[in-house]
Amino acid sequence: MDVLYFAWVRERIGQPKERIESNPATVMDLVNQLRAREPRYEAAFADLGALRVAVDQELSDFDAPLKNAREVAFFPPMTGG
Amino acid sequence: MDIRVQEAPFDLGAETNAFAGRQTGMGAVVTFTGIVRDLDDTRMTAMQIEHYPGMTEKALSKIAEEASSRWNLGDILIIHRFGRLHPDEMIMMVATAARHRADAFQAAEFLMDFLKSRAPFWKKELTGKGDGWVAARDEDEDALTRW
Repeated sequence: MDVLYFAWVRERIGQPKERIESNPATVMDLVNQLRAREPRYEAAFADLGALRVAVDQELSDFDAPLKNAREVAFFPPMTGG
Repeated sequence: MDIRVQEAPFDLGAETNAFAGRQTGMGAVVTFTGIVRDLDDTRMTAMQIEHYPGMTEKALSKIAEEASSRWNLGDILIIHRFGRLHPDEMIMMVATAARHRADAFQAAEFLMDFLKSRAPFWKKELTGKGDGWVAARDEDEDALTRW
């Protein structure tokens, strides 16, 4: 699946998008896999309360299942308008 | 329903006239326009607006559909820009048309409240002393509970 990052999450991780070949069961599993990689991921995911997640372009939760998900995005609370 | 996410500026007067002109039997048109301003007197030189192509359009459509189901509306227009904007430039506009003004006013407020915290846009202020992401405000999240 594709994992996308926006705003300061993108800046902390250092890239806007990457492909993940593993099959995490939930968003939280994906977060834990990413955290285990490198300090920059650990830094980006340090405070999940400051993050929002979208699964296939719909706002979702960290305990959401990722079965058949094609795209997961992490970003800070939105500031439109 | 007309939803546009674009980098280019828009002409508020022309858009409002075109929107009002294509309505039939609507007694009220309400518009709101958001303008770039310096949030903390940090002498902002520009604002960089990032968004999530694909999700942005879906989220805006969902918000507009929700407004259409709650109020008796003839039409909705949403234009939201992204990219680099300067102070006093227009970021976005919404317009609502309804037979009666209460529907048009309330739907416009609803659209703005949800657009603030449920449409995937992020703002970064660029200043001479460094850049910073604009934090979401608790008041904006709280505003959703009134609907």
